This record gives sequence, C-alpha cells and structure tokens, in this order.
Amino acid sequence: MSRKAQASSLETPQGEIEEEEVVSATGEGDDAMEDVEGQEEGYSSSTPTSTLTWISWFCSLPGHEYFCEVSEDFIEDDFNLTGLNVMVPFWKEAMEMVLDVEPDEDASKIPDVSIVEASAELLYGLVHQRYILTRAGLQAMVDKYEAGTFGTCPRVHCKGCYIVPCGRSDLPGLDTVKLFCPNCNDIYTPPSSRFQGVDGAFFGTTFAHLFFQSYRELAPAPFWKPPSPSQSSESLRSSASSSSHAPAFVNPNPHGGQKRAEGRVYTAKIYGFKVSERAKSGPRMQWMRMRPRSPEELDMVDWRGRWIDDDDDYDDDEEEVDEDRPMEDFDPDAAEDDDEEEEEEEEEAAGTNGRKVGHVADASPRFPTSMRPPSSSPATSAPPRTPRDDLSHFTVSGVPVTLPGVTGSKLKVVRQPRGVTAEVC
Amino acid sequence: MEDASTGSDSDYSNSWISWFLSSKGNEYFCEVEEDYILDRFNLTGLNTEVQHYSQALDLITDNLDDEIQDEFRGTLDVQARLLYGLIHARWIVTARGLAKMLEKYKKADFGRCPRVLCQSQPLLPVGLTDVPYEKSVKLYCGRCEDIYSPKSSRHGSIDGAYFGTSFPHLLFLVYPNLIPPKSGPVDFSANMRAGDVEGGRRNRRGREDQDPPADSMTEGFSTAAAALKADRYRPRIFGFQVHEIAKLQRWQEAVRDRQIARLEQLEENV
Repeated sequence: MSRKAQASSLETPQGEIEEEEVVSATGEGDDAMEDVEGQEEGYSSSTPTSTLTWISWFCSLPGHEYFCEVSEDFIEDDFNLTGLNVMVPFWKEAMEMVLDVEPDEDASKIPDVSIVEASAELLYGLVHQRYILTRAGLQAMVDKYEAGTFGTCPRVHCKGCYIVPCGRSDLPGLDTVKLFCPNCNDIYTPPSSRFQGVDGAFFGTTFAHLFFQSYRELAPAPFWKPPSPSQSSESLRSSASSSSHAPAFVNPNPHGGQKRAEGRVYTAKIYGFKVSERAKSGPRMQWMRMRPRSPEELDMVDWRGRWIDDDDDYDDDEEEVDEDRPMEDFDPDAAEDDDEEEEEEEEEAAGTNGRKVGHVADASPRFPTSMRPPSSSPATSAPPRTPRDDLSHFTVSGVPVTLPGVTGSKLKVVRQPRGVTAEVC
Repeated sequence: MEDASTGSDSDYSNSWISWFLSSKGNEYFCEVEEDYILDRFNLTGLNTEVQHYSQALDLITDNLDDEIQDEFRGTLDVQARLLYGLIHARWIVTARGLAKMLEKYKKADFGRCPRVLCQSQPLLPVGLTDVPYEKSVKLYCGRCEDIYSPKSSRHGSIDGAYFGTSFPHLLFLVYPNLIPPKSGPVDFSANMRAGDVEGGRRNRRGREDQDPPADSMTEGFSTAAAALKADRYRPRIFGFQVHEIAKLQRWQEAVRDRQIARLEQLEENV
C-alpha cells in the first residue's frame, strides 16, 4: 500500500510536498489513517487502489492504538495462520475483508456485514498475536514503545517507565488487554476505558516478555543500588559503587536486563515515622517491589527460593540486626533522614557487614557456576545492540507450568527466533 | 452556583466549601466541618503559609465582604484553596475526618488500584510531602501497599500536601479491620461493620490515636503471614518463566518469607 501511495505521490505536480512527506511516513506509522484519508481526497478519482486499507483503518480506530500493522505478506502465508481457521467463523470472508480482496459473487449468503467484521477483527487479532513475536513485529512494536504509545507505568516509583500491552490468556474472549511494566514486573489495567473492548489474546501472554528479551537495553536489571548520599569511610565501597554508578550501566549477566532499574520502594509513614512491621497495619508487601543491591545478593537465594548458606555469617549478621531492633522502644531509624529511611534495607546490610561490601567490590563480573549463562564469553559483557541476532539465547528457567495447549503450533508459526533453545536451569 | 435558581439549593450554593467540593477535580476532598475551621487552635501556623490569611479564611467561612475587587478575588481564591487544602490535611487525620474519608473510600471516590491482581481495590489519597507546592497527590493501595499516580490529569495536579503523608496509614492503624485482604475480591460488607463500631468508640475517645489500646481491641487476628496470600504476576514466554525475572521473584519471596518468620517469632514471644 505504502509503495503504491508513494508512487502516486510522485506524480504530484506541486504544492503537495507536505503530503508527500506524510505519505512516506505511513509505511511504518500508526497514524496512517489521517494521512491516507487526506490523500484519498486528492487521488480517489485517479488511483482508487491507494485508499485506506482495512488494516490501516482497523489500527486507527479509537482503542486500537496498541495494535501494529501486520504486513499483508505475513497474513498471506498460510503457514502463519495454522490452526486459526477453526477459531474464526466465516474464515474466507474474514480473510477477504482483512486483505481487501473483492468478495466473490456468492457473498450474498452472509446475512450481515457486521458478522464478518467481527470475524475479521478476531482473525486480525489472532494473527497480530503471532506477528508481534516475529522480528518485524517486534520492530514495529518497539517503534510504538519508544514513542510512548502504550503509556507509562502508573506506579509512582517506576518513574514513568514505558509499558507494553500484554494478555493474560492466548485464547480470545477471556480477558481484556493489560499493560506490563518491566520495572516492577507487574500488570496494570489500561487507564482509559476505550481499551476495555480490546481482547488480551490479540497480544498474547508471550509478547511482552519476548519483547524485553529481544531488546535487552529496554529491560531494567533485577538489582538496584540506591544512590548513597553519604559515602561511607570504606574505600572498598566507593570503588564498588563507582562501577555500578558509571554512566554506562552494565549488568554482568549479558542475557539480563541492561537498563538501570528504578528501585525505590514506598515506605508508609505516620507523622514522619515509619510504620513498624510489628503493627497489624505495618508493611507486608514491600518485598514485592524490592530489589537486591547487586547480582551477588540475587544469587543468595537458590532455585527453591531458600537462602543459600542459611547458617552463614551473612545471615547471622542480618538476623542479629533484626533481633536487635525489637529490643528497643523506639525504631532507631525513625529519627534519621528520609533517604536513609528509604534505603533502610540496604543500609542495614551494607553498613553492618564489611565482608559483604568487599564481596561486591571484587566479584562483579563473576558468576557462581550455578548461574553461568550459556555460551557466555568474556566479550559479551557489553550490552548487545538490538535486535539481537542470538535471540535464541534467552534463558528460561523454572518448570513449564501451564504450558498453553497451542504452544507447539505457535512456536512453529513464530518462525523468527531461529531455533529457540529454552534452557531450564 | 448553577443551581442558584432553585430556591432549595440556595443554602448549598452560598457556601464556599460546598461550591469547592462540588467543582470538577475536587472529588478527593471531603467536607471539613465548620467547627473545626472556626477553632483557631486547629489553624496554628497556617497564617505563615497563606497570603491574605484572614481574608482567605473569611472566604472559606463565607464571611467575606462583597466589596472585594475582582482582580484581587482571583488571587484570594487561590489562597483560599491553599488554606482549605492545608486545613483539610489536618482535618482528615482527626477521628471525625477519618470517618468522613472512610465513607468516600467505601464509595471508591479515590479510584481503584490499577494493578490487575489487586482486583480493583479502592485507593486512598496520600502526599509524598507535607509541604505544599512540592509533589502532587498520589494514591495508596492498601492491598499492594504501593502508590500510584491518579489516572486523570485534573487529579494529578492536586497538591499532595492537602492530604498529607500520614492519612492512609493512620486510617488503617485506627481501623485495622479495614486492612484489605491480600487476595480475593474486594468485600467491604464483611469487615466494615466491625470497623464502624470501632470507629464510634474512637470518636468518643477523641484524638488519642497512637495509644496501645488500639491494638488490644483487635487482638484476635494477625497479619504476620498476610503476604503469603498475595497474588503475583509471573511473566512467561511460551509458558516458561523468564529466567532473570523468576530469579528476582524468588529473591523477593525469600525476603518475604524471612519477614514472616520474623513476625511470627515476635508473636510467639508475646
């Protein structure tokens, strides 16, 4: 379509320069509608083929801002549609509508166009779910992502992190679209009700995560070091922090998120005093937003979710600190300034444990053998540029719980991660 | 204002506070009782925060002369809003103020948590600072214990100091029965009655918010292990968990389990 549009705009004599620019932008843009419409007025008589395609029209409807335009080549390849024909009624008619093919003579057997429209929407949505997992689809979505089309995380301490659409099911008709924030790894309801008519299956459960696996520099790292206002006397510590505070943030795990995370956690206070966890109304959920300060600390929990070396020095120290505090009448942190209170968790461990700090200093590029990523060479410490060619390297861990029934066909359909190797650690 | 024609509403339209509360964007505010405003003790120190303090106070309490020039009205209106907001911040942490805000909370006047797994838990307004003109109002979810930005920009521009940093936490301290469960649908009817009874008791006792009997009245239940029930979202690619996120989540859950162990040990000792 865009090719046609551009060709016709070349014929324009003059005074249409602005439009020409606009037209050339429609190729990848999601604003296709206005542009093409404007163009339609000018050319409709001479070039009827350059009118708005069904796909552009569909993607420009209010509430459909999250959709990207699936290329017609992708839809025309039957392999990509494997299994969809049983899910979409009036398959042939829906295909014709989506691809703007003139309907056959016997189209009169369809009682109502709106039925076909619903089918076409379902067909497009399901194809869209598959398309956005391909390289081209991911690229189309990253353009929208970086333009902020999907909005920002409503959570205050995510500081406006961009979010991506996400389904809770791969089967249509179960739930509406949600938004996934890579910083807090949580899902949110879209702020506007116009998205409540959009099926989450049209984005699928996988896309959001494959997206951040493919564009590692957009994914926040799992650890976060609070900016320390008071550099403590230990020089070890400052050298350790200088590495993590360097302008170029590096996650030693080359397959991990390469963006600096926003790690602040909200602390409830009454008249400036932290609410003690011993109160019934005290904090119970801060863990859900907390991050370890370093990759090493992340490794202190094993695959079963238990602390490694439970009777080791570190944990002893930690527990001593915890046991000390209930003895006192007042929270010793209460009088300190805000910053220190917020980073209390971090200060606690760092301040009381010199050994730990030294650990951070010398060990940053080291992996414990248990989590050495596959095929990691020393050269991969620099964050790779998108889209990574070795997409096949994303590491997946854990048990494949609730493996969707369609997985097999979907893996095939996606085609693009050349030989996905799902590694179970 | 617009109802001025109907005789029955004349009282309503005359009151500055009613006008303020009914105007668009001010849905988060509750009505500060006139007695509270008229007690000068409650306004201690506000005269240094608000310009044209006495006229602004007169405007709020509908005692302002009509001879004010129009251009001055504009600035005075701004100051009156500031004054009302600062009084509001003090009012909603009193026993009666809490009760009024509780009614709004039950009606979900402050919106619902955008986090999907909080199942539309109603929110409470909170400030990040008690100093005006610094941070806009945020919304606190008692279920995930996190803060969110208001959806609408007209709420996003309200000053957070008009609600203060303490309000939602004081509310749950005073009404521990209202602490939302960490899972399951929102259900006020079950525990609300107990909360109301207790609220009435508090009213008579006045403003002794922090004293220990608050806990002894609700000795019966424990929230030590509440976090175990919290639902989490687990990112998956083709059904498989994503390694780094899964690892972070295991770490977070280990932190949670350590806190629960700590709290349960504390309870045993008591």
